[in-house]
Amino acid sequence: MEASTVLRLNGLTKRFGSVLANNDVTIELQKGEVLALLGENGAGKTTLMNMLFGHYLPDSGNVEIMSSNSDLVPLELGNPSAALAVGIGMVHQHFTLAENITAFENITLGAEPLFSFNRNQKIARKKIGKIMSNSGLDAPLDTLVGRLSVGEKQRVEILKALYRDAHILVLDEPTAVLTPQEADALFDNLRRMTNQGLSVIFITHKMREVLSFSDRLIVLRHGENVGSMKTADASEKKIASLMVGSETKKVSPKKISPGKSILSFNGVSVVGRSKRDSLNDVNLNLKSHEILGIAGISGNGQNVLADLISGLVSPDKGSILLKGTAIDNINPLHMIKSGVGRIPEDRHRQGIVGGLSVSENLIIERLDDPEIQSFGFLRSSVINKNADILSKKYDVRGPGLDHASRLLSGGNIQKLILARVFEQQPEIILANQPTRGLDMGAASDVQKRLIEARDRGGGVILISEDLDEILGLADRIVVMRDGNLHDVSSSNREDIGLMMAGEAT
Amino acid sequence: MIRIEPREKISHSSTVLIPILSAVVSLLFAAIPLIAAGANPLIAYVEMAKGVFGSIFAISEMLTRATPLIFTGLAAAIAFRAKLWNIGAEGQLYLGAIAAVTIGSGLFDLPALLLLPLIIVLGACAGAVGMVGPAYLKVRFGADEVVTTLLLNFIIIIFLQMLLEGPLQDPMGLGWPQSAPILDQGMFPPLIDRMRLHSGLILAVFLAVIVHLMIKYSVWGFKLRAVGENSSAAKHAGININRSLFGVAILSGGFAGLAGVSEVAGLKGYLTADLSPGFGYAGIVVAMLAGLSPLGVVIASVFIASVFVGADSMSRAMGISSFLADLVVSVSLLCVLVGSFISKFKLVRAGTGKR
Repeated sequence: MEASTVLRLNGLTKRFGSVLANNDVTIELQKGEVLALLGENGAGKTTLMNMLFGHYLPDSGNVEIMSSNSDLVPLELGNPSAALAVGIGMVHQHFTLAENITAFENITLGAEPLFSFNRNQKIARKKIGKIMSNSGLDAPLDTLVGRLSVGEKQRVEILKALYRDAHILVLDEPTAVLTPQEADALFDNLRRMTNQGLSVIFITHKMREVLSFSDRLIVLRHGENVGSMKTADASEKKIASLMVGSETKKVSPKKISPGKSILSFNGVSVVGRSKRDSLNDVNLNLKSHEILGIAGISGNGQNVLADLISGLVSPDKGSILLKGTAIDNINPLHMIKSGVGRIPEDRHRQGIVGGLSVSENLIIERLDDPEIQSFGFLRSSVINKNADILSKKYDVRGPGLDHASRLLSGGNIQKLILARVFEQQPEIILANQPTRGLDMGAASDVQKRLIEARDRGGGVILISEDLDEILGLADRIVVMRDGNLHDVSSSNREDIGLMMAGEAT
Repeated sequence: MIRIEPREKISHSSTVLIPILSAVVSLLFAAIPLIAAGANPLIAYVEMAKGVFGSIFAISEMLTRATPLIFTGLAAAIAFRAKLWNIGAEGQLYLGAIAAVTIGSGLFDLPALLLLPLIIVLGACAGAVGMVGPAYLKVRFGADEVVTTLLLNFIIIIFLQMLLEGPLQDPMGLGWPQSAPILDQGMFPPLIDRMRLHSGLILAVFLAVIVHLMIKYSVWGFKLRAVGENSSAAKHAGININRSLFGVAILSGGFAGLAGVSEVAGLKGYLTADLSPGFGYAGIVVAMLAGLSPLGVVIASVFIASVFVGADSMSRAMGISSFLADLVVSVSLLCVLVGSFISKFKLVRAGTGKR
């Protein structure tokens, strides 16, 4: 098949507040090609595809798409129906199917006129049948979607896109939920369709799939296109170094020899509802004067680990020792009182109560402190003074200390949480993705505070997807994968990158 | 596409203007059925105003009507603040009333200084008991309290009917399904001579002020607000959510129970199965109108009682069907709710900005 460009993204840039999610990204897609879009979490892959599909409006740049007479014409941005109309189909990581109606109804839903007495089922069925036989995608059409397996649901999603005459298919982490066999079958089917002229962009961070299945790959890092190559010319090592970058930002040159053990996990297992929230025989040992970096792709059990240390979850097996004593009654208050400072991953959901004021959020973990309350009543003068001092010391800016904390920007919310945590001089600090979504200034501020805490004699558990951050901050690094922690033999960036992806042990 | 976004700041002028505007709009809408029924809406509205504010008697009747609404409004407001959806105030009201007549109709012969407080305390406890089951089921098993509290209403009302035809039936009542009357010393003293307005109103307003202060200044209130606003952050911060929810449930049931006490021991004197014309459910409307603020509950109760009483006396004075009064009530409630929605939210054209 002759190569011709079907889609071109020209210099797309998107900012969310002070965060640059995509910076001047240019991508071309050829007809009949499978293009893999690689990058770590937060590299900007999904934002880019959301702009293509009209969910987000780019700040600058445009998208051109091949029209019926093979010319490239600009696509109307910020309008999902325009993207649909020109034949872009998107299959999200989280399916957008209605579980309580059949696969057939899901596929045709919205593609037919809203009011019509005779929904022309015969024609629709014929069309779907033809798509199924051409592509090899197979799904039980008359079964309720809720009863289908994950693989079947995904095929229904793809059929839905193809039914709308998509000739460009975007798949967001299509294999994240599939078994290896289902994944292989999916790739076989996709290959059949690309031979018939379909073009595919698939987003992933699994290198094996990229190497065995794509024609060409593009690596995104920090929102920028950092490399594009033919898959035939690529190697795992080459991709890994592109994904994680080569520059190291050493924030803490000073090394202090670690002291005594302050937090340890002995064979801790948690049986969660899915693999993402299970832990399997985890051993961990945090010493004072130490930053322990936990690297890994998100969804490998980091959140359960964080919940354990936060006191939200109890282990099903194994024990957790705080400063040498086993804790059996695990709850958040106990952890706070034992000197564990927790910086949660989701600042809005777990970090602050958005409807309470900044001052109130600053003392929310100290409600039974006699300095804060007497006889069950809050001492507002103390609380206001505390807020005054802390907001200056930690540079928390916003509309006002007595205003709802949800009005603060993300960076200032994080500073509020830092102020609350660090003022208690915690011995153990859990920092879960502490700089995600922050601009450079706020991020380096957070990192500085973590180092200060370590130098003061604290132990820090730093969970981060940003390998640069971990390499720059951590005294010791372990990799989290499939609910388990793996020691790393070298702090070589590529080796860790490969371990994260599960390609090496 | 249009979507709804909360306003970041609510301007002061809009907090005053919008309620007035919605009242005016509701009067305009309500004029349509009035004209259709052959009445002059202007005269009708004058009659309505007279029925509410025209005399001391009118005002006292209106406040009598507002009293149980304050109690049930508080019950809903405090529970909803913690995102605990207690729809069972109607049943809890009857539990309080049952306790009041059981204790007050001669079980104990105590002086007024002792008997009335006893009735109040045990009536509140009885209402609270009505929330123990649903709260336990929610905390322990995650059972939806909307379902459990709502269904309990029917169970309690049927239980009440059984009591009124059995153990609680007044032996002197000629076989009517009603309880024996509460002793005189067990009744709330009237506020004005020869009028129905009783000191239950004082208790209701007093409690509203107390709840307001507790929510604003106490650790308990802080926890309640935190749990209601964002329970996962509250849990993360070490607040025992289940304990908070349980406490709120008990208190909410208690307030609803007091509504029953105040109706029985303040107004009727004895208990029948039609004691409450839906005060428990009206309390939800009151609480929503009040924006879940305890002091707002007092104002909203007075407003709703005014509309009820005013529409009633209008239909009597004009000789039009009392169904029209209900219509006026509904229209004005809808207008005020829409108005308060507009003051809190704005409509935004989608497709611009992110998402």
